[in-house]
Amino acid sequence: MKTAHSCCCRAAFDALRSGRNGVSSQDCGKISGCYTTARDETRAGGAGNGDLRDQPHRSSLLIVFPDQGDRSCSQFRVDEAAKKVLPAPGIQPVPSQFDTIGVEAALRIKDKQPDTVITVLSLGPDSFRDTIKHCLAMGADEGVHINDPAVNGADHWATAEVLAAAIKKLEPFDLIIAGRQAVDWDMGIVGSTIAEILGIPVVTIAKDIQHNDGRVTVERVLLDGFETVEAPTPAVVTVSNELGEPRYPQLRQIMMAAKKEVKPWTLGDIGISAPEKRITLEALFVPETKVETEFIEGDTPQEKGEKLATRLREAKLI
Amino acid sequence: MASGTLVIGESTEDGKLNPVVPELIGIGSRLGGPVTVALLGSGVEGVAQEAGAFGASKVFVIDDAILKDYQGDSYVPIAERIAKEVNPAVILMGQTMMGRDLAPRLAQRLGTAVAMDCVNFEMQGDKLIAERPCYGGSARARYTINGMPQIATVRAKAQEPAERDDSREAEVVKQPAGVGEGDVRTRIVERRKEKAEGVRLEDAKVVVSGGRGLGGPEGFKPLEEMADVLGGAVGASRAVCDLGWYPVANQVGLTGKVVTPDLYIAVGISGASQHMAGISSVKNIVAINKDPDASIFKSSRWAVVGDWKEIVSGFTEKVRQLKASG
Repeated sequence: MKTAHSCCCRAAFDALRSGRNGVSSQDCGKISGCYTTARDETRAGGAGNGDLRDQPHRSSLLIVFPDQGDRSCSQFRVDEAAKKVLPAPGIQPVPSQFDTIGVEAALRIKDKQPDTVITVLSLGPDSFRDTIKHCLAMGADEGVHINDPAVNGADHWATAEVLAAAIKKLEPFDLIIAGRQAVDWDMGIVGSTIAEILGIPVVTIAKDIQHNDGRVTVERVLLDGFETVEAPTPAVVTVSNELGEPRYPQLRQIMMAAKKEVKPWTLGDIGISAPEKRITLEALFVPETKVETEFIEGDTPQEKGEKLATRLREAKLI
Repeated sequence: MASGTLVIGESTEDGKLNPVVPELIGIGSRLGGPVTVALLGSGVEGVAQEAGAFGASKVFVIDDAILKDYQGDSYVPIAERIAKEVNPAVILMGQTMMGRDLAPRLAQRLGTAVAMDCVNFEMQGDKLIAERPCYGGSARARYTINGMPQIATVRAKAQEPAERDDSREAEVVKQPAGVGEGDVRTRIVERRKEKAEGVRLEDAKVVVSGGRGLGGPEGFKPLEEMADVLGGAVGASRAVCDLGWYPVANQVGLTGKVVTPDLYIAVGISGASQHMAGISSVKNIVAINKDPDASIFKSSRWAVVGDWKEIVSGFTEKVRQLKASG
């Protein structure tokens, strides 16, 4: 709040604080993104809207970035004319691992506080529904999928603006958990930008998140160690892979997830128009690599090792 | 009219100029126009003239105890204030712990965009073309930023540092922080160092890294021995750090450290793009892997296919002999 830099941010922050419940909006049409949020049904008195103002709520918001990572990253080709990367045949896009780590982080909070409600929010094309369903099968409670052709190919800032606007509709919440980085394209920007738009604190690169009554305690990964940072909620936390492996859904959970709702939203449902792009991808290309690989041969692995040493000595590298 | 480059500088923990700063000044000088450096921290005043020696024409010094540790809530408003005062066409900072956190927030405050982790720059008129590796260095993307200022973070050691010339002097402008304890919503409760022993990964001439192919944490023993004989440092892939086989401080890759040794030996590492991002500037890569189709071989100068334990054993023994005989 103190560092909110515009009236807009301030208003957003106040709105967040006011505890207005916007999650149960019945008028959602189609969605072009998705978020995950969690609320405390018990504390909320059976989730009655009128009770929410006076009841502490817990919610985590996960942002799934609008680009699906390809885990077999070594297998792709670049279409330089279209400035797109095409996965190798047979490779299905999967959720960005950092983002499912975000769901994992939220679930660990829910493990300790079962009354937490987790909502998954994402922005992307039709295929993102499967990503959201995967998050629901992991244990998230509900999904919102913002799917609108007007934001196809949105850059990080347009994405952040749309997500921030959707978050305002979904408030109140305590935590927004964002993947640190989608596999390739995200530059670690969206989570921080959302925090700036909403005027709330952000803690980046978390490996552990503890959430207690109005405070979040985050263990951050530094290059040469760790640091523990506290912030008041609502806050944005971006997570890192050091958090550990995301859980894999059990069959029973997958069946249960089929019944969970994924709300489709359009920009109209959120009440904003498509934000302008701020960055332009001018070119995408594969740099020429001139590496000629020499395979070291030998009768035994031991001998290959010895020959390698000799070759490196000849190249004056050792 | 926005012109010139503003470099958001930083110092090391022991109060020296962070080595990325001369690299940033070098880039700014090549882009054309004056280079201004902003130095934020506690006890940073002493290195202001050093930035001048590397070619900065003006150095803003904001030296305050509140800036001792990087915290977004204290650094972002100061960077925003200086950016508005300087009105540069380009703002550069390192892809450091500070830059990763600060750059996106500053971009939003200034209503502009940032290209992260760039390695190459070019100026066309007043348009900055920023190039960054993606897909683990297998592809490159070139961006332009639609508004002003154009912000980019720069990967360490991607560009040559500016030359030092101690006869050059910068105009030093001291400014108060203008932020107080009450402005900082986050609080650092604790900071722990995970100390890597021996040669620092970032400084090592030789790096030996292990991956999942080692089979377990005990696999790092022979690698440590090998690094020891070579006078190098030991790195690890993200997979094994996630598994807890080796300290995170030794992780090489997109989410770990970027290393630039003369020789990089990857043992049991398949070559995921996440890992390759950490060694994209390394010219001499040796890969040891039992899978002849491992993707890392494509980027390797030398490749050895087979059981890593025996290969490493034969290699280390031979290196010992070679070193003993001079």
